[in-house]
Amino acid sequence: MIAHLPILQVIIPLMAAPICLMLKRTQLVWLFSLLTSGLAFAVSVLLLQQVMTSGLISYELGGWQAPWGIEYRIDKLNAFLLLIISGISTIVLFAAQTSIEKEIPKDKHIYFYVLYLLSLTGMLGIVATGDAFNVFVFLEISSLSAYALIAMGKNKQALWASYQYLIMGTIGATFILIGIGLMYQMTGTLNMYDLSQRLPEVAQSRTVFAAFAFVIVGVCLKLALFPLHLWLPNAYAYAPSIVTAFFAATATKVAIYLLIRFTFSVFGLSFSFTTIPLQTLFMALGLIGIFVASFAAIFQSNIKHLFAYSSIAQIGYMIVGFSISSVTGLTATLLHLFNHALMKSAIFLALAAVVFRVGNVQLNSLRGLGRQMPLTMAAIVLGGLSLIGVPLTVGFVSKWYLLIALVEQGWWPVAGLILLGSMLAVAYVWRIVEVAYFKEPVGPPIKEAPMSFLVPIWALVIANIYFGIDTRISVQVAEAAAQSLFGVSL
Amino acid sequence: MNLSLELMLQLAIILPLLSTLAIAATGHYPNFREGVTITTCLLLIFLVVNLYQGLSAGETIRVFWWELLPGLTISFDIEPLGMLFALIASFLWLVTTCYAIGYMRSHQEQNQTRFYVCFAIAIGAVMGLAFSANLFTLFIFYEVLTLSTYPLVTHAGTEKAKKGGRTYLGILLTTSIVFFLLAIVSTWFVAGTLDFKQGGIFADDVDKMIAGTLLVLFIFGIGKAAIMPFHRWLPAAMVAPTPVSSLLHAVAVVKAGVFTVLKVCVFIFGLDLLAVLPTTQFLLYLAGASVLLASIIAMRQDNLKARLAYSTVSQLGYITIGALLATSSGVIGSSMHIAMHAFGKITLFFCAGAILVTLHKSKISEMRGIGRQMPLTMIAFFIASLSIIGVPPTGGTWSKWYLMMGTIETEQFVLMVILMLSSLLNIAYLLPIPFHAFFPNLIAFKTSKKLINISEASGNRSPSFEIKEAPLPSLIAIIVTTLGCLTLFIYPQPLFDLASAVLSGRE
Repeated sequence: MIAHLPILQVIIPLMAAPICLMLKRTQLVWLFSLLTSGLAFAVSVLLLQQVMTSGLISYELGGWQAPWGIEYRIDKLNAFLLLIISGISTIVLFAAQTSIEKEIPKDKHIYFYVLYLLSLTGMLGIVATGDAFNVFVFLEISSLSAYALIAMGKNKQALWASYQYLIMGTIGATFILIGIGLMYQMTGTLNMYDLSQRLPEVAQSRTVFAAFAFVIVGVCLKLALFPLHLWLPNAYAYAPSIVTAFFAATATKVAIYLLIRFTFSVFGLSFSFTTIPLQTLFMALGLIGIFVASFAAIFQSNIKHLFAYSSIAQIGYMIVGFSISSVTGLTATLLHLFNHALMKSAIFLALAAVVFRVGNVQLNSLRGLGRQMPLTMAAIVLGGLSLIGVPLTVGFVSKWYLLIALVEQGWWPVAGLILLGSMLAVAYVWRIVEVAYFKEPVGPPIKEAPMSFLVPIWALVIANIYFGIDTRISVQVAEAAAQSLFGVSL
Repeated sequence: MNLSLELMLQLAIILPLLSTLAIAATGHYPNFREGVTITTCLLLIFLVVNLYQGLSAGETIRVFWWELLPGLTISFDIEPLGMLFALIASFLWLVTTCYAIGYMRSHQEQNQTRFYVCFAIAIGAVMGLAFSANLFTLFIFYEVLTLSTYPLVTHAGTEKAKKGGRTYLGILLTTSIVFFLLAIVSTWFVAGTLDFKQGGIFADDVDKMIAGTLLVLFIFGIGKAAIMPFHRWLPAAMVAPTPVSSLLHAVAVVKAGVFTVLKVCVFIFGLDLLAVLPTTQFLLYLAGASVLLASIIAMRQDNLKARLAYSTVSQLGYITIGALLATSSGVIGSSMHIAMHAFGKITLFFCAGAILVTLHKSKISEMRGIGRQMPLTMIAFFIASLSIIGVPPTGGTWSKWYLMMGTIETEQFVLMVILMLSSLLNIAYLLPIPFHAFFPNLIAFKTSKKLINISEASGNRSPSFEIKEAPLPSLIAIIVTTLGCLTLFIYPQPLFDLASAVLSGRE
């Protein structure tokens, strides 16, 4: 059983998805999905433990040996990611049933869970597999289910947002496929480890350069790096609230994982950062992204839009950390991956509760909500403080590492810019605080969100503070993963 | 009771925070709620006084809480400067609570429970800040203090309060995150530690340019010290209820700022390094400009609280100058001025609030002749003004004396002149207020016809000497702090001992 953990991680949600269709009753399907996701989480915990104690796990699918068969390769990096994805998915699912009752027509509830599980499968698969073509397959599984999930939003704009995402996402996936194809042409292998061994021999060829360009651009489309971010705000804003909470915490993280995997493991550090000026490019794009997206966030009147732009800005921080290409910088990025997942899932889940009670998340509808839904709004404020990077929240820990990484390299001005960027977060978070706490409520009285929301929301908020104080686990794993990427490749 | 000193230190921080639960629980019974606050105040004073005795007996009191990241700890360590700050803050908290009971009730303020809760959190943060053993711990409590005082500033909930709160939070958070945090991270990188250490933590061969840049980042980053051009938050915070202005924005928050400046100067840089840094002179002049400009602006304010706020900005500049002079008399003067200014300014704010609740006046131009109605208040105002100016028989004399000594020792004659000029300006903007209050018909200084008319009108209207003082709890508070100003003149020895012990490890 233990030996099969890597494939169980993916196969459990994959098998559970069609079973949902047979269960017929919504409540039952919800419980089943929750159980499935919880099981996947348990598997990822075991995997992480195993990797941290005894190192890399290689699993050969169907017993076919590595370069020929498909290999699942779990190291510290992807074990960490698996944990984030399955963990957030489980917590978000707690609130799913209550939330979709108001947002999705009854006859589509079961489809929702099927798509949710498929999307989860896709993300877990992308992260777990060690095969480049397999990455593409899972990418399509997760993307296609994502398009359908977003289109389930109750506004008409949801369709348009889903369509935008479909076009951009497909272009991205196609680019990745072309890149993988070119690599296959040059090396004759699809196994990532094998690729990393064979690519250096042909590194100077134009085909490899083209492959690199295609893969990077495709991945950057998926991770919504400025200026390829245009699909994200609408997709997040018009999707059903639960979907937003899940995707905001996981989808872009998976893409960042791919970016790290391809640059560090497959193409190798020296090719990615020495042969190609990736550092300057990403540093610049990351910084511009932070400022442009944060400014855009300040002027949004739909809170989901606001936090969607904030997500783009936060991706900027991760990209800056990545572009430093030092152990500390990568640690900062990985930490922020984890920490940002905690913040954004807490915030978007709280917004889902607001949608449940108020019906929308326009800034004006939040008037006086600080008094009517005190626990929900407090969660948004705490999540916001974490986003700003106030000490004793997770946001502070990752910002601290990012600053140290920048100062290590002597890039003081960039460190200053990073801090200036977090001030923009103060501006957009405080707009919400002022409306919620200083404006008089309008319309009929609104009750606090039900427990099915409050429990997962506050579990995440407490995690935001807990991991901001007890940093041993997150820092240790992130550091170990970063070190292993800089050590012997894969 | 047999509590160990270490336990007492932790209790001093936790107790105010825990009391918030009791305050919130008794929110519907105002008398109980205030009872809880007063009890907490008394317990806190008991703890702090015990700690003081422990420190005087020469004990080292250290507590380690948690290691956040490797080498980055939350830990506490009592030294004389922090002790001094904690003593003042805890004592004045009691007095202010007493004052607030009278003020908040007669002013019929909303959300009083939230008010007392946030107040207690702020005091807990001040205790943590005062006892911090390293910059990181200090930074955490510094931010907690900012955030916990935000609801107090915006207490009224009006558009004006919201705007004030925006300025308050905007400036304090921006400076602390953009400059202060950057300085802390860089210090961590350059020196490898953030612990406060007698004589500083930088190596002897540290690059002077880098250390100098860090000093500028620190002084700009500690926005709570209100050095121009980062002072705007303090006048903005004056929309808060008067007890907040008096304890937090004349004592706790602003003193947390200059306390941090002193800590950084003495225990991070060390006076020897500070004296040779290339940027120290620039910062001294900046602080000097802040002293002078704030005094001039204060003269032009008609709103009493705004005038007092600018006066605070100016007085904070004195303390920063004292720290940056990098001599022992400068540091002693600064440390003492923390206490002296606290007592003087809190009295002035108490008086301003008393005038507001009893006579509903906030403009200085309307305050002619009020000495007949509120004689005690205005006498207190007069004495506290003397302390701010720095003339006998008030405590302010001593601290200003040492600060002057510091400028002479270091031959900073420009600064000496600035300090003297500013004292003259203090006289010009503070003393006319009690003067006109008692002698409304002497209009020698004012030339504006409108003011003459007002004074005549009020002079005609109030021939009856009806005495109408502030509510009793508030009046008691005013008298206590006024006596404090006088006592510190006659008996400054304990304060002086503490202040001079700040540097004692240096010899």
